[in-house]
Amino acid sequence: MARGGATSGAEEIGTLQQLLAAKEIVICCGSGGVGKTTTAASLGAMAAAHLGGKVLVLTVDPARRLANALGLERFGNAETRVEPSAFRAAGVEPRGELWAAMLDTKQSWDDLVSRHAPDERVRQAILSNSIYTNISGRFVQSHDYIAMERLHEIHTSGRYDLIVVDTPPTRNAIDFLDAPERMAEFFSSRLLRWLTAPSKNRVLSVASKPFYRVADGILGSQFLEDVAEFFSLFQTMAPGFVERSRAVTATLADRRTTFLVVSTLEAAPVREAEYFIAALEERGLHLGAVVLNKVLPSYLRRTAATGVARRMVAEADDLAGALDGLDAPDHLVADVLRDVGESFLNYQVIANREQEQRTALARTADVVASVPYFDHDIADLAGLLRLGDALWR
Amino acid sequence: MSLDLLDRRLLFVTGKGGVGKSTVTAGLALLAAERGQRTLVCEVDAKGGLGGFFEAGRTGFAPSEVAPGLFAMTMDTEESLKEYLSLQLKLPLVARIGPLARTFDFVANAAPGVKEILTVGKLAWEVVEEHYDIVVVDSVASGHIVGQLAAPKGINELVSVGLVRNQTAWMLDVLEDPARTGVVVVAAPEEMPVNETIELAGRLRSETDVDLAAVIVNRVLPELFGRSEEELFEELRTPERATVLAEAAAGDVAPILDAAELAVTLRRTRAGHLQALRAGLTDVDMLYLPEIFARSAGLRFTRQVAAALDEELA
Repeated sequence: MARGGATSGAEEIGTLQQLLAAKEIVICCGSGGVGKTTTAASLGAMAAAHLGGKVLVLTVDPARRLANALGLERFGNAETRVEPSAFRAAGVEPRGELWAAMLDTKQSWDDLVSRHAPDERVRQAILSNSIYTNISGRFVQSHDYIAMERLHEIHTSGRYDLIVVDTPPTRNAIDFLDAPERMAEFFSSRLLRWLTAPSKNRVLSVASKPFYRVADGILGSQFLEDVAEFFSLFQTMAPGFVERSRAVTATLADRRTTFLVVSTLEAAPVREAEYFIAALEERGLHLGAVVLNKVLPSYLRRTAATGVARRMVAEADDLAGALDGLDAPDHLVADVLRDVGESFLNYQVIANREQEQRTALARTADVVASVPYFDHDIADLAGLLRLGDALWR
Repeated sequence: MSLDLLDRRLLFVTGKGGVGKSTVTAGLALLAAERGQRTLVCEVDAKGGLGGFFEAGRTGFAPSEVAPGLFAMTMDTEESLKEYLSLQLKLPLVARIGPLARTFDFVANAAPGVKEILTVGKLAWEVVEEHYDIVVVDSVASGHIVGQLAAPKGINELVSVGLVRNQTAWMLDVLEDPARTGVVVVAAPEEMPVNETIELAGRLRSETDVDLAAVIVNRVLPELFGRSEEELFEELRTPERATVLAEAAAGDVAPILDAAELAVTLRRTRAGHLQALRAGLTDVDMLYLPEIFARSAGLRFTRQVAAALDEELA
């Protein structure tokens, strides 16, 4: 690149449009219920419509919400293209392609095992192991790692120009950031070596005796044997897994990757957003933008209106008298005025509270996008694009 | 209502993120305590927000009294394990358990369901021991609750012998007894939370034997106008009327009228979702909590929530 030296690291990014045009992976995070999935879908749709190229929206949410919003009946691990006709129905001629996929945790784990198992026998043994079935299918922590692993896999395949990811609803918003590292650590841990040692060595080892007693007492020796067998099998995949985990970690830190922190302006999501932003900084990961959802209109904060609303409540009867010519008794008109005034004051309380939270969050990122409170829920591509218009600029 | 929610001994409060799960938990717990029950409220997701509802600072694993008769704690699986080991196994090495528990934590992370068991087990233990009249749990969100509640059963199937198996038997007794245990799903009248609530109710029934006690719909907006009032309001919105009103009120009324319009629209949208929720869940007790326009989420707010719940449960 001719101008590479002059612009590297110094380019001005002021909008989400510019940010998305400059990155290959966009990871949307934030606490549950703030509109992460919808934001990811909306940005993916906007990028496909206006920036062009092949765009994938990858959702890892087990609640299958993105399918709803994209108007797809159901999509699984397979990447599915959103028909261009859906864009045209929304009045947009897309410049690129929009694809969507949902993470099927179980299927992704199976694929991963198939790829790393040294031979067919081990592969079958792992896939049919009851502990493996539980870890891969039932237990939620396994979402964290597999989500980032899948992202890495798709990214290195080079099939897409841009991947927008919606992160899993983790107990702890940052769990998935550390999941690849934890996986690598686990494979090189003493514990795994010990667990996978032949059982008589295990009993003989003085250091491990108390642990064995506890574990055996709690879990039962049969279960422990099952666990040990599972990890023995699993360990045959260690080199591949460790290398892979490191690569996944590197992908997250790559400068082509950026994170969007999504939040509403309620207290709890804001607290989590701040926590997450600090976690990104600590790990040297790139915070691209803060997206604020469901923001109440600014007219609610007008101070001049406060006095007027108060008067409407306090002097409703007098005001009703002044409004002559209405086809209704004065007391009814007064009721309406009181209700209207009170309602305004109620919403003003919330709008003011939101503004405070906004000021705190806005300091943290170069790009801050606000999305107004939409009257209607987003149920289709047109709705996603409408939301995108509000985000984009 | 056939069975008062607060007559149960163990309530798991769950719901989609952002619907006000913690708010409802805090309100239910405060109400139980105000009604004279010795109450334990437990935060499972260690977000550290629970204490704020009672203006009590951060809560720890050891319960602390945050209001008269109301004790609050934060779940910690490592502490739960330590407690379990000292109570159940009577191990002499409890003093050295620190690093051991950390090692164990590793296995717990890898072995399926162990963390879930330590969480659910601790709560069920408090019920069995009758330390409290009622335990209200701010549980994991709806994506995870089934996994957590199904863990004892799953472990029971996986582990054929050993202490864990013996342990899960009594846990299942508590969990699967509708007179003692129930799940409360908090919903908000918005599209996605409604879908997720209906989906979760189905999964709770097919994948666990824990009773779905109630669905609490949070943030229900009151009807701003009756029918004739709404017609009047429409008339006030016309430019001529608005001008007269502005003169009489000596100020710009546009933002105020716009805000009322917004309130009406929001209420209408939410009413539609509420209807969808009711249509999707016909055989579940449903409670409604109004939107509370509060300045902040302190004790005063929690009291308002408790009072609203009290009215619904009366």
